[in-house]
Amino acid sequence: MSLLLEKIRKSYSQPGGERLPVLGIDHYALARGEQAALLGSSGGGKTTLLNIIAGILTPDSGRVVVDGRDLAAMPEVVRDRYRAAKTGIVFQTFNLLPAFTALENVMLGMAFSGRGVDRGFARTLLETVGLGHRLNHSPKRLSVGEQQRVAVARALANRPVLLLADEPTANVDPANQQKVLDLICNTCREHNVSLLMVTHSLEAAGLFSRVDRLQDFNHPELCRQPQEQSV
Amino acid sequence: MNLLTIAWKSLRQRRLASSLTALSIALGVMLMVLVLVIFGAVNSAFTQRSVGYDLIVGPKGSELQLVLSAVYRMQPPIENLPYPYLEQLRRDRRVVSAVPLAFGDVTEQGDFPIVGTTPDYFENDYMPGQKFLMRGQRIGKLFDAIIGAAVARENGWDLGTSFSIVHGGAESEDVHDEKFTVVAVLAPTGTANDRTVFLNLQGFYAIAGHEKPIDEVEKRLRDFYSADTERLAASLQQTQQYREAIAARAAAADPGALPAPVSPEAMKEVTAILVRTRPETPFDAISLSAELKKGIQAMAVNPVRPIQRLMSGLIGNVQKALVVLTVIIILVSGVGIFVSIYNSMSDRRREIGIMRALGAGRHHVFGIVLAESALLCCGGGLTGWLAGHGLAIASAPWVIRQTGLLINPWALNSLEVWLFPILAGLAVLVGFLPAMTAYRTDVADALAS
Repeated sequence: MSLLLEKIRKSYSQPGGERLPVLGIDHYALARGEQAALLGSSGGGKTTLLNIIAGILTPDSGRVVVDGRDLAAMPEVVRDRYRAAKTGIVFQTFNLLPAFTALENVMLGMAFSGRGVDRGFARTLLETVGLGHRLNHSPKRLSVGEQQRVAVARALANRPVLLLADEPTANVDPANQQKVLDLICNTCREHNVSLLMVTHSLEAAGLFSRVDRLQDFNHPELCRQPQEQSV
Repeated sequence: MNLLTIAWKSLRQRRLASSLTALSIALGVMLMVLVLVIFGAVNSAFTQRSVGYDLIVGPKGSELQLVLSAVYRMQPPIENLPYPYLEQLRRDRRVVSAVPLAFGDVTEQGDFPIVGTTPDYFENDYMPGQKFLMRGQRIGKLFDAIIGAAVARENGWDLGTSFSIVHGGAESEDVHDEKFTVVAVLAPTGTANDRTVFLNLQGFYAIAGHEKPIDEVEKRLRDFYSADTERLAASLQQTQQYREAIAARAAAADPGALPAPVSPEAMKEVTAILVRTRPETPFDAISLSAELKKGIQAMAVNPVRPIQRLMSGLIGNVQKALVVLTVIIILVSGVGIFVSIYNSMSDRRREIGIMRALGAGRHHVFGIVLAESALLCCGGGLTGWLAGHGLAIASAPWVIRQTGLLINPWALNSLEVWLFPILAGLAVLVGFLPAMTAYRTDVADALAS
């Protein structure tokens, strides 16, 4: 199992002191190598869920098990290291660092994993996504589609077990959406990486064999129940 | 790819701001290096290394004035010593070498000081381990002269050049009739010798007008040897015989037919005596100096001590003030680095969030910002250090030509050893707050921004 969410509760405090419930998920799982599209409306908690799975945010309660270890129980330092080693993230806005070349951006994905930086593997990844000829180009000299491909390569650079993609086609023109999704899915398949893609696009979700709707398994109102009942 | 590489990339992204802040540090450090190099040269020129003698003997008076006039030729002489005293000193078993100096005149062209001396002046080291090098020949004739490198360069003199000297100093217009001929040119020494014209001591005495009236000489001998009746009697006997010889010549029917009487030693004077004592018994200089202190005739001073007092009392304070000023410049540059990095933090919030999302810990982003500060401080410092020494190397020949100061641009001042540890400390100081801002960055917020 690459990902297992159990009895996740997450709410945000509001200016008035009240809590705004966002996530109430009793169970969600993704097998090793499995690919799923997660459909959800804007403000539905998709990004919060991704941040919790990535270990960027911690849930108020519940277990977030990635590759057999519970992120929620880890101290932040360990969680950071675990994220660096096990998880890859493709952002909606690519989030390439402008000071780095395409190759360096991919290498940055390995820099914190503790396994060292493998320049050869970074180059291979870029060649895999068709950017072998753009290794030393800075992001601003790459097209939007090329930037997205660099972002995919970077997300796979640390040889993750789980790749999280947050609306990866939102900023790509319709003609290239299919290509980007094919690239992500195929690359994950090649590397036996589980893929969870968050999207609000039915069209993009339609390319996946497994499509989950967040509202089907997310019940924020569970946050209001006493802690002992929810955990 | 390590934290330093990431920090370097980040600095390159803000090329202009980074360059300007590093430049301000570089300029501060460069100024500091130049101050240290120049004061090092001044210090070296005015301390032990410049003097190859243990003692300078001269008439009683200001120690500093004696050293400045005898070694640096920057002050008028105090007074003179009777020549027999030189012979007396030479017979002292503690004295290895006693070199007389007679001065007071200057060249007509260029106002360079004239020093009458003996050939052993050029055989002794002008500073420990440094021998005089010269082009030409040694002084042989009465009116031969050896000139320093700066005299040759500035006056355009060379071997064979004939010149006149002015009696008593630059303000005097009393040009002596005698013409002197350059027989040798000294190689640059970086000392006052470069700006000096050396004459044969006997030639110096032979210059018309240099001999004082016999009555005045006798009075001075009586003052000088008041406690040594034996030497006084011997000296006065010489002057008396000289007086009689002059009178006999004057009374002769044809004075021109008779040879001019030769001045006895008692009629001659020296301005200072450079003394070297036995190297194996370092207390000789101290005991000789103490012995002279008891008498009233002369004094012997260590050529270094009065200058060191001057250096630490005046020039040393100027150096300290300038170093403090450059340190303040560096600190202000440090504040510039702080402002530059701190201001960039809001723009880099997302960048920090991305790195954190890629697995960077808080300590990583803290380290990256601190590394940026260190790169700016130490990189700027290194640039400034190299530029300072580079400028010193480039300007050394010009400075030597203009001032005679021997600049060693590679000489490291002990303060420079502290430069980089201090810069590293400054980097930590100015980088800490921005680094803490990076450390505290909320990843989810930063990514959403």
